[in-house]
Amino acid sequence: MHPVLGTVLQRLGLGLLTLIAVSIIIFTSIEMLPGDFGQVVLGQAATKDTVAAFRLELGLDKPPHLRYFDWIIGVFQGDLGTSFSGRAASGQDRSREVADLIGPRLQNTLFLGGITALISVPLALALGITTALYRNSIYDRSVNAATLTTISFPEFFVAYILILFLSSLTQWLPSLANVDSDTPLAERLHRIVLPVLTLTLVIIAHMMRMTRAAIINLLASPYIQMARLSGASQTEIIIKHALPNAWAPIATVIAFNLAYLVVGVVVVEVVFVYPGIGQLMVDAVTTRDIPVVQGCALIFAVTYILLNLIADVIGIITNPRLLHPK
Amino acid sequence: MKKPVQTYSAISESTNFHERRSLWHRIKLAARKSPYTARFGVVVIVLYVLVALFAPLLAPYGEAEVFPAAYEPWSSTYIFGTDQIGRDIFSRMIYGARNTVGIAVATTVLSFLIGGSLGLAAAIDRRWIDQILSRSVDVLMAIPSLIFALVLLSIFGSTVLNLIIIIAILDATRVFRLTRSVAINVVVMDYVEAARLRGEGISWIMRREILPNILPPLIAEFGLRFCFVFLTIAALSFLGVGIQPPTADWGSMVRENANLLQFAQYDLRSGLTPLLPAAAIALLTVAVNFVVDWFLHKTSGLRDEQ
Repeated sequence: MHPVLGTVLQRLGLGLLTLIAVSIIIFTSIEMLPGDFGQVVLGQAATKDTVAAFRLELGLDKPPHLRYFDWIIGVFQGDLGTSFSGRAASGQDRSREVADLIGPRLQNTLFLGGITALISVPLALALGITTALYRNSIYDRSVNAATLTTISFPEFFVAYILILFLSSLTQWLPSLANVDSDTPLAERLHRIVLPVLTLTLVIIAHMMRMTRAAIINLLASPYIQMARLSGASQTEIIIKHALPNAWAPIATVIAFNLAYLVVGVVVVEVVFVYPGIGQLMVDAVTTRDIPVVQGCALIFAVTYILLNLIADVIGIITNPRLLHPK
Repeated sequence: MKKPVQTYSAISESTNFHERRSLWHRIKLAARKSPYTARFGVVVIVLYVLVALFAPLLAPYGEAEVFPAAYEPWSSTYIFGTDQIGRDIFSRMIYGARNTVGIAVATTVLSFLIGGSLGLAAAIDRRWIDQILSRSVDVLMAIPSLIFALVLLSIFGSTVLNLIIIIAILDATRVFRLTRSVAINVVVMDYVEAARLRGEGISWIMRREILPNILPPLIAEFGLRFCFVFLTIAALSFLGVGIQPPTADWGSMVRENANLLQFAQYDLRSGLTPLLPAAAIALLTVAVNFVVDWFLHKTSGLRDEQ
């Protein structure tokens, strides 16, 4: 198992380096603000003392590298700083902790993303394998055409078409997914049907096409022909012979699409007014509330990098050639 | 074959063989053999370009002309009705072709200028330029570009110029990767070595020796990147942090008129209004994808499967 372990450790090391570099980039964003942003945040009426106190609170008197270490240690302790909004020129401070703002919304987003993943991944795999089985049949062609169209549509177009037909015209489903912490689970699930359906349609296409392509690609290789000549059935060939070698590309594309879900969730949350972290980030960008933007961006980026890392590792440890070295 | 040849003549055959087809003739030949999807794509793209170029002539009203009637239904005066402050939606759709598509094209061109030239430079000079550029691109690509764009827009503010520069730089990372990987195979060719020995500078080698040989994949990539940039800008504008009002833009028009959807059961046409700009975005993306698909088939013989 030595070569596998070595490669995995190498990948994890690279992932760690990327995480550090990304955290530095996100941290630096506050450095790039114009010099008078204290005045902008606190309003024109702010006195020099209030602005100075605000700068001191942000630690702008310390050199950047020390502030970076303070910030990153804070992040590990769950402290993402304090929001810019809710500050008055008089120096009165009603701002909230970024971690408190993000916490409940992160749960909502994870709930939405988790349900979508639970539905879309098995569905995409099943569609990909069956379309590879019945290649060039009417079933295969219609699934292909449908997925090609959903790939080129923007998320909000898919979302509004679904709202028009499933909610507005027929009144079957609620078009708003405004849940709060008191909403019971059944009600919560009922309200997020449309967002989940939108996200599923958007990400399933790519996953299904890659699964299909990976299997079809393998079907041309000599060992599959050998299996076919030995009299194995089509199903047996795909499940027993092709799939083990296809896991690596499939795992990569699943993780890639779950990572894409991280981005897609932003638009879908805004369309359905779902109180998730994506909507929080968009609001923070509009009001230029940098600490909140930083916190959200950090969460999105770390999720994205970790998912890609997991995909790489799965790709390595499921590779039969690496598992059984000669 | 211009005239019927009675007897076999090697000269006439070889002259016919060498006759160079004019560009127009070659385009006509390619068009005749093209699939319906590609023809459809080309027609749609040409239509969009015409609408964008002649927007002031085609639009019945001005881009930000406000009428006293807000949320007017579809009628002969206002073809697709008016929006929440009484602007004609049909006119704004037409101007939107100019703004949304124009900004996306400008961004894609800029990202190809940046990513393409850096990619070529990295492929030619494999030492420290390549190392520095490739590692920084790896890091930039580790953050989802929509999230990165949101962070940068919150710092620099949402103006059209910022939007173009930010998206172009983020997108240039993908162009860089592709250009570098295709160019590396060309750089090792003998004729590049000859040019280098001849004493040509790096700029000449980039433009005259390598670029012409890696053009087909880059052109196909241009189409795909355009779709991606177009969708990203539309998404940002939809979120309210991209192209700002009063500029007519499809992404923000969807958001502004989204409320009309709930009236679809009373007046279906009004309910369709917010879907029109979204459909305009989707149609162009599909059209470009069709053309790129056909182009890839033609230039590389790439097949989905055997």
